Amino acid sequence: MHDLDDAFSALADPTRRAILARLAKGEATVNELARPFEMTQPAISQHLKVLEDAGLIIRRVEGTKRPRRLAKAGIEAMDQWLGMLRKALENNYDRLDQVLAGMEKHKRGIKR
Amino acid sequence: MSKMTLTTEGDTHIIVTRRFAAPPEAVYRAHTDPKLIQKWLLGPEGWTMPVCINEAKPGGRFRYEWINAKGKGFHVTGEYVELDPYKRTVHIERMHLPDPTPDNRVETRFAADGKGTLMTMRMTLPDVQTRAAMLATGMERGMEASYVRLEQMI
Repeated sequence: MHDLDDAFSALADPTRRAILARLAKGEATVNELARPFEMTQPAISQHLKVLEDAGLIIRRVEGTKRPRRLAKAGIEAMDQWLGMLRKALENNYDRLDQVLAGMEKHKRGIKR
Repeated sequence: MSKMTLTTEGDTHIIVTRRFAAPPEAVYRAHTDPKLIQKWLLGPEGWTMPVCINEAKPGGRFRYEWINAKGKGFHVTGEYVELDPYKRTVHIERMHLPDPTPDNRVETRFAADGKGTLMTMRMTLPDVQTRAAMLATGMERGMEASYVRLEQMI
């Protein structure tokens, strides 16, 4: 069992969220993960350890490589984040509905 | 009722659609007139846009600056590529966090839909990692909104 607080603090860092987003596309080695983030391998390994300790990713042994993939909890966390991004965008468009209603009212007011 | 859709397409696209109860002309204006943009393009509660510059013409530039109650902020800059008034815009944009993110090409279509408008926004990122990182960054702002809601519930 992993502590919910661990998962939450693991998600608090944008690099770790980006790593999870990358792993959502499929398994990747530390080298593959380090490349797009312009970070050193030790820096990435540190982030991976936090994600592992929080139960969000799993490591596999393949010769000298240790490819990582998303754990079930990691997939669920990703879904939740996408839900939150969706919510932020929806907030914008709900506000735009109000702006449009105001424009329409203003237009009618001028005609009258 | 959720009228918005947010989907990924292929490796590099993000598609957002939303219906509005106003004609394409009004929705187009709300996307290109700085005074109107400032009223709604704000993300989570507590964020404001003190700087909003938008030159809606081909080659025209725009700059949006956001700030939250704690004084933390970031900005987006971009250039218009094409404008077909009330129907379609194409622009390139990037976020400054403060380092600029890779360019995002955004095509927005405003199609008449009954008495209203169907807006379709198609974003094209350079590669799959950039798209993943962009979704992750957007999530950060989304998460802030959830923290705010949490504070209100306690």
